[in-house]
Amino acid sequence: MATMTRRNVLAAAGVTTVAGTTALLGDDKVTKQRYLFQNIPPRELIRQRHLPNVELVTMDGQKVHFYDDLVKDKRVVIQFMYTRCKDVCPMVTHHLVEVQRILHDRVGHDIFFYSISLSPEEDRPEDLKRFAEEHGAGPGWLFLTGEPNDILLLRKSLGFTYDDPVEDADRNNHSGMLRIGDEPLMRWATCQGGANPKWIASVIQNEADAPFKGAVNGIRQADPAVHKD
Amino acid sequence: MANRLDVQRALANRLELVKAGLTRRDLIKMGLMTSAGVLIPKGGLTHAQTTSFGCFRGCDLGCSPQPAQVFVDPLPIPPQLPARTLSDPGLAPAPSICPNNAINPATGLPFEGRGQFNGALVPGSDCFQFFNQYPPQRYFVQRMRANTNFRITSDTKIPAQTIWGFNQGGSAASDVAVFPGPTIVTRYQQPWVVRRFNELPTQDQNGGFGVPEMSTHLHNFHSAPESDGGPCRWFFRGQYFDYYHAAQQAGFAFDFQPNGDVRESLSTLWYHDHRIEHTAENTYKGLVGFQFMFNQFDTGDEGTGFHLPSYPQFDIPLMLNDKLLDSTTGLICFDTFNFKGLIGDVQLVNGVIQPFLSVNKRRYRFRVLNAGPSRFYELFLTDPLSPGTVIPFWVIANDGNLLPTPLQVTSFRVGVAERYDIIIDFNQVKTLIGAHTTVRLENRLEQTDGQGPTCNIFPGGQGIYCLEFRIGSAVADGSVNPATHPQFYQLPSVITPRVTRNFVFDRSNGQWVINDRFAACTEMRFTVEQNTAENWNIINPRSDWQHPIHIHDEEHRILSRSNNGGHHSSLSGAVSSFSRGDCPFDGGGAGISTQFPGVPNVEVSRKDVTRLQQDETNLLFFRFRDFAGDYPMHCHNVVHEDHAMMLAFEVQPGVIDDNPNP
Repeated sequence: MATMTRRNVLAAAGVTTVAGTTALLGDDKVTKQRYLFQNIPPRELIRQRHLPNVELVTMDGQKVHFYDDLVKDKRVVIQFMYTRCKDVCPMVTHHLVEVQRILHDRVGHDIFFYSISLSPEEDRPEDLKRFAEEHGAGPGWLFLTGEPNDILLLRKSLGFTYDDPVEDADRNNHSGMLRIGDEPLMRWATCQGGANPKWIASVIQNEADAPFKGAVNGIRQADPAVHKD
Repeated sequence: MANRLDVQRALANRLELVKAGLTRRDLIKMGLMTSAGVLIPKGGLTHAQTTSFGCFRGCDLGCSPQPAQVFVDPLPIPPQLPARTLSDPGLAPAPSICPNNAINPATGLPFEGRGQFNGALVPGSDCFQFFNQYPPQRYFVQRMRANTNFRITSDTKIPAQTIWGFNQGGSAASDVAVFPGPTIVTRYQQPWVVRRFNELPTQDQNGGFGVPEMSTHLHNFHSAPESDGGPCRWFFRGQYFDYYHAAQQAGFAFDFQPNGDVRESLSTLWYHDHRIEHTAENTYKGLVGFQFMFNQFDTGDEGTGFHLPSYPQFDIPLMLNDKLLDSTTGLICFDTFNFKGLIGDVQLVNGVIQPFLSVNKRRYRFRVLNAGPSRFYELFLTDPLSPGTVIPFWVIANDGNLLPTPLQVTSFRVGVAERYDIIIDFNQVKTLIGAHTTVRLENRLEQTDGQGPTCNIFPGGQGIYCLEFRIGSAVADGSVNPATHPQFYQLPSVITPRVTRNFVFDRSNGQWVINDRFAACTEMRFTVEQNTAENWNIINPRSDWQHPIHIHDEEHRILSRSNNGGHHSSLSGAVSSFSRGDCPFDGGGAGISTQFPGVPNVEVSRKDVTRLQQDETNLLFFRFRDFAGDYPMHCHNVVHEDHAMMLAFEVQPGVIDDNPNP
């Protein structure tokens, strides 16, 4: 998987077409560059840069691909955790259980929850399953693990990263924020996992529903997202 | 081909790339490294920047395509928004004290978005305070639209951009949105209404960032919550929203009835989208503009009042934005996955990359706004042919508030959303630069990521040039000479606060917290008793982040800036090289106050944004007069703001809440 990951990165790099040199002339920086710009749809650019199609394993042992199976055409709430986490993860998980209760049957229908392990070396699917059951996570909420390098790429691609290696190495620093996305609509937001669950639920609902409210000159937003029964 | 700085940067880049697990062969394949092992320096304005991860993502610092030449495009001056009469079709039905919440069959929503809170209608809410006492006299309309053919440079190799912005109010398609938006010019004691229509495209037409729900904040005005454009009062496509402003100075309903305290007059304001969770991308998209307030002293006519340079010829807005252009598409890109803050490597002034302005040998007033998203600037005037020449100028206003008297400076530091009104006397400048004919506005403050500036101030000529002034012939100048120490408004007196509160801005598990608590529109953290004064300590315990803190409603004063020793708050307690140390602004040549400890003299002023520097405790003084209702306090690094570095509080009459750590 590590090789695949690297190849994915290079594939993304392949679309970068800057060629040229920079010369410093006196005080003016005159740049002579030729740009071969490409007309790549923004949704595709977001996919290439932020939504790697790494292979993950669900708490039921099922293999899935992050982009193709979990995010593409879906509204999602993504969060990082690990089962041995003492403080922040149980609190955020507890909040999300309450959020799931408020959102009721939308979770698993048109909104999907994903909790991704930051300790893939030690979190086996059965550990995640136990964690989910102990916390009362309901259907439509997947707990996921995978190859450490893939999860590292996924975490960084989703922006959960610190420049300071000490802070970056602290898994708790990546366990507080929720990433909320509507992939087909290119709409990405965040919410604090520590916030009041009612507020978290209202943010998720607004992110999901606001695009479809209102119309200009009769033009409304169509809903391209997948709804499951 | 690479100079010393390039090599240093290349080394830093290479370390980043190694960290990212990419090999040397990968880099050569990607065209980011030559076989000699030097990373290829990316073009343009790269002195102040390091590149993380190279350019493989295409939307990274140091990767933006640059125009072939800079200082070839004239500085655009935003048009002035035309006033309209009530008979204008855009104003039918006429603005009313309570929202027009009748359902529009075309949208299925109320015609007017006012009365909605966090996306839901709250029946009977948000009627205008003071509407009958101060009925509107002036009317404006704006329509928020996409403009798919907006140029940020005349270099046609850089493609036209799609922006979202404000138009001049017409319904015709030819009335396109512009960036910056039209300048709104209003006067005190002339209450006004701006009706804003949300005519933005659907969400899937956002080009990768931006959401089409809007709340337009009039930044710095003393406004009631229903017209303030706060983060929770956003409205939908197809709706309009009436923003009514009583146009009286603070105190008008309390100790300075009926028109307020003239010393509380504001002058340079701006309006911008404030949609909670999405302000950064929406303002990046172009939903920003200036508003100027005039009164009987600051008149816009140099023949009257304080004799400040005449608007619009010699009174010019300068909106600074730094952007990233996607090296793949050439289009403005915004990383919605970034938590730290976004620094750009393309410098715009009034929506154009590094423009020039032809000026005459006389005094000009410039209203400098840092419109974000995350960069701090320290601005100097530089003679590019003799960058060591010290060129003084005058600060006359901070955050749009005239100082008691002008202060001569050689630089000023401006965080996101701060404004500085400056006067440059190009006649004087010309005598300093001899035979040369141009000077440039230069940002010499180094900043390499969204967390905050480093402590490094570049030598003259090695920073980022924003704008070139080309000095032409002399013309008549009827404006006041700041060197004669004209007196503007005295500062209102600081009175004894009813209560002192403390607010610690920190980070916990990747989340912003204020006093260890989280943000929500629905939670009022504390209540201020209306028409009282309070002191607030805003505290930054960290040495690795800097935040421009903005508080809505009435303005504040900085009573002191002090260093609290700070800590690096990684849970391990480690102090690392990522701590930036303390680098307070040294006053720009105008010194530090003797009366207000640690406060630069240019900040002895009324303020609405205070830079909360590393390891700092700032004591702020507030009054909360006239209006009742909810207001936010938040970081105006709009990326931090969107990640809920915010709280809401309430102002209510007769409510006593003494919580010192709310």
